[in-house]
Amino acid sequence: MSDVEEAVTRAHHDEWARVVAALARRFGDLDIAEEAAAEAFATAVERWPAEGVPPNPGAWLTTTANRKAIDRIRRENKRDDKHREAQMVYDDPPEPVGAIDDDRLRLIFTCCHPALAMEARVALTLRMVGGLTVPEIARAFLVAESAMGQRITRAKAKIKAARIPYRMPSAEDLPARVSGVLAVLFLVFNEGYLASGPGTDPVRHELTAEAIRLTRLIRALLPDDGEVAGLLALMLLIEARRTARVSAGGELVPLAEQDRGAWDAELIAEGHRLVRERLAAAAAGVAPGRYQILAAINAVHTSARDIRDTDWSQVLALYDQLVRLDPSPIIALNRAIAVAELDGPEVALAIVDRLAEALAGYHAYHATRADLLRRLGRSRQSRAAYDRAIELAGNTGETAYLTRRRDQLH
Amino acid sequence: MRYLVSVIDDKSNPGSTDRRPAISAFNERLIAEGYWVFSGGLADTDAATVVDNRGEQAVFSDGPFVESKEYLAGVWVWEVPDLDVALKLAAEASKVCDRKIEVRPFL
Repeated sequence: MSDVEEAVTRAHHDEWARVVAALARRFGDLDIAEEAAAEAFATAVERWPAEGVPPNPGAWLTTTANRKAIDRIRRENKRDDKHREAQMVYDDPPEPVGAIDDDRLRLIFTCCHPALAMEARVALTLRMVGGLTVPEIARAFLVAESAMGQRITRAKAKIKAARIPYRMPSAEDLPARVSGVLAVLFLVFNEGYLASGPGTDPVRHELTAEAIRLTRLIRALLPDDGEVAGLLALMLLIEARRTARVSAGGELVPLAEQDRGAWDAELIAEGHRLVRERLAAAAAGVAPGRYQILAAINAVHTSARDIRDTDWSQVLALYDQLVRLDPSPIIALNRAIAVAELDGPEVALAIVDRLAEALAGYHAYHATRADLLRRLGRSRQSRAAYDRAIELAGNTGETAYLTRRRDQLH
Repeated sequence: MRYLVSVIDDKSNPGSTDRRPAISAFNERLIAEGYWVFSGGLADTDAATVVDNRGEQAVFSDGPFVESKEYLAGVWVWEVPDLDVALKLAAEASKVCDRKIEVRPFL
């Protein structure tokens, strides 16, 4: 890659969200902001090789994008002779002094607004904040490009028609709104981490990397939010195991069988630092949320040099804490895995069997049961459970792993 | 910005019928805060008549334009700054009415 190409890529990486966010604020229109930002980057690609990279690429891009936006508004005004300006200014009450105020946060909260459907929030966030192109997002979610384009267009139209404000949520609403943003980012991460669909790679790094990048951005903008730190730590500790999680043959490798030497020590160290920061806050009386507890569980796993060194009682204590916060059957299922290590597979199986009704359609329920039955020597029942898990699993690497395990049964 | 706020009831699982005093108090508040434009409860869908005069002569048919389990039980029109304000009020309205609420912007 040439120096100029690298400068454009870096600028896109660092400045896209800032440029879109500033334009959205100035013109009160996400369509104009998105198109003008895209045009400004296209202009940079054309002109920087000849004219050189400007000393402040961000400022250059913002100025260029502003000019493009004004040009477009003038053209449209001529065409339909309407005074668009009148609808372009979002009346924004003055922010209370001391509130965190960054246009990128406004953009994120708008894209992740609870009045939008979840899939629209995900697509809009990746496009407007992440700067991914529509074809890239379509590919990531195995949706036709035209359908993805429409999804984003429809979301922008709803924001405009229903007047979803471009604003920081009130202090009272902030925790719920932040948790909505984190749900979007975790969904993007999970889609990368456990990619679904028969034709896809088991792990799609571009999605996990993008989710981490956006979570880092939110962390920079909301440094005091414990759940933001928790989610970032959780993602880093899972990402650290990425290469060890899939075998050369494309099969998923469970935690117990992973080559721990292949884990990314740097990501683990960063994740552990964040978890320690949250543990200190918890010790000072701040109750941790679910991402912080999940991160702590992953910190316990990534602290063990060998699976046999895992502090399972610590894992179980954290799951107990998590169950009190979120009594969902999926959490109960994961807790049972820790129970199996401490009290044996029979005790764990009794817990898992109680979840039958709630989790009958969930592949991990059947996979967990299959494993516990295998350990108890109940091969015939184990095989049936593997069959059901394979039927339901959407991830190619997981299917391969489960199939091998089933075929190893006596 | 004006929103049509619809109260949705469910024939198979209707909301409670003792909400009138609470709704009146909520309306007083909407008026005091300057959000209230209009409100009204609706008679049963059995009392509805659909009129179609796009052809040669007007056709009257008994009942609502669409038969469904869920139906419109009442409406508000609110004048509020943006959707966040509307949704916050709608969340309260849902509690007050003991029914689902749809918030829809006017053009």
